[in-house]
Amino acid sequence: MSVLVILEHKHRMSWETLAAAQQIGAELGKPVIAAVIGDEPELATRQLSQVYSIPAMQYTADGFTSAYEQLIKKVSPSVVLFPHTYQVRDFAPKLATRFGKTLVPDVVKVRLDGGNLVMVRQLFQGKLNADYRFTGAVPAFISIQAGAYRVESLATGTAPVEVFTPVATEVRNKPQDPFRESSRAVDLTAAEIIVSVGRGVKEKENIPIVEELAKVLGAELAASRPICDNGWLPMERQVGSSGQTVSPKVYIAVGISGAIQHLVGMKGSKTIVAINKDINAPIFEVADYGAVGDLFEIVPALVEEVKKAKA
Amino acid sequence: MKIIVAIKQVPARDSLLRVDGSGKWIQDSDLTYEINEPDAYALEEALQLKEKHGGEVIALCAGPARAAQTIREALAKGADRAIHIVADNLESLDALGVAQLLAKASASEKPDLLLTGLQSDDLGYGQTGVVLAELLGMPHATIIMAVESQGSSIKVKRELEDGWFQNVEMPLPAILTIQSGLNKLRYATLMGIKKAKSKEIKVVTPAELGGASAPTVQLEKIYVPQRTKQTQIKEGNAREVAAWLVEKLKTEVRVL
Repeated sequence: MSVLVILEHKHRMSWETLAAAQQIGAELGKPVIAAVIGDEPELATRQLSQVYSIPAMQYTADGFTSAYEQLIKKVSPSVVLFPHTYQVRDFAPKLATRFGKTLVPDVVKVRLDGGNLVMVRQLFQGKLNADYRFTGAVPAFISIQAGAYRVESLATGTAPVEVFTPVATEVRNKPQDPFRESSRAVDLTAAEIIVSVGRGVKEKENIPIVEELAKVLGAELAASRPICDNGWLPMERQVGSSGQTVSPKVYIAVGISGAIQHLVGMKGSKTIVAINKDINAPIFEVADYGAVGDLFEIVPALVEEVKKAKA
Repeated sequence: MKIIVAIKQVPARDSLLRVDGSGKWIQDSDLTYEINEPDAYALEEALQLKEKHGGEVIALCAGPARAAQTIREALAKGADRAIHIVADNLESLDALGVAQLLAKASASEKPDLLLTGLQSDDLGYGQTGVVLAELLGMPHATIIMAVESQGSSIKVKRELEDGWFQNVEMPLPAILTIQSGLNKLRYATLMGIKKAKSKEIKVVTPAELGGASAPTVQLEKIYVPQRTKQTQIKEGNAREVAAWLVEKLKTEVRVL
């Protein structure tokens, strides 16, 4: 029995999940096997008992599910790990279903209790945590949230690489080439300071209140998803799993509750400031400084104070 | 086009959540409930597809008796009829088990399209649509931003990460999970609310559907997450809070 980690080609979260797999493998005393569709030569230089390299193919849920189904049947792992990427969300539940299992998705921590795995994941957009256990037969399917494990803890070594060529299957979807809507004029990743606005701003007419704060701080203005969905700010200013991932020196979250999809895009910021009326909002879990109160009072006051400090 | 929309009732977004005595779920007696937001967008897309191409929209919901309220709201917005899988103990099932019930209730309807939100705001598994696709043997696509009917097939716009998109074509019947924000949500009209009262809600029990398989995953306990960071918190007068924050930005963060 082994820990099989299924990676996504050229995706930063793959390396975090590999670190998770090494840790879980060590705790369980089981070898770690990595698999990836597409060439990923660097895997041969990591501490792994085996690497399965599957020839590149265009992503489809049908194609990937079938390929990994065949590999799982060959390897018979007790645990199958994935990075919780958009692509994994598209096929991993299908793969788990094929084995009569439920994927435990978007896990922030895996620990061992009495020889059994306990998976920690977030409920209610991060307001509560939950512990899950597997009750059925192996394999167990788990996907790991972005940023839950650190790439720095990845152990180097050597790993034998074997090419695994699955039998082709019928593919029903016809995907076209990925595209971007607009050339991304705003590069939030270069900003030193970001002021980001969320649902708490209530209406479009209020955006300038927060924009003013960005202006006096010399910061880029960003937003959480609902703001961009409503068309109050352009999509290119969105931070989060479907927008940009940023790690500025200071990230000031204004009226943002801190849903998981937003947090994964900004929790790497050096300093996080949260301005929110709800002290129970998950954003305060990641904040270094929390200002609790009405943003419509605090933000204008802050603008005045910043002006004074800069004068 | 015959479209099933799988919707879920969840606690209202701003609910104050408390862990109940069992430690396995929240105190739910004093909560207000609403439709899961991504499911509201799935319903909206279904209604718009029906307006363009004709057909029927069926709301499908698994939940306790109180979920009837959310179902009636879907009917008031324009769904033609509904199927309510009435179950008080859905939390004893895992995601696969709930999807099995939804699949069994859907299969006999032979829909052309099954839509649901990309994830739920409460459990956030984000997999019901994909599991349904496997159970029903249909192709699927997730995180969908646009749907275009092409007769016996559809073309959809999938959201990828970091601002990328992709168009995907697939034959019908198919299953899509819908991203929030794809359309503007409609409100129920007075006429709609009136009409909803005479629309059919078929009530079925899990037992009548043949039940679900035993869970392979169990929620053991829920709890308020421990703070991982030492957050310095300031409350009170806005001017004082602002002055405090600027002081921190100046002396500790050193960006001013």
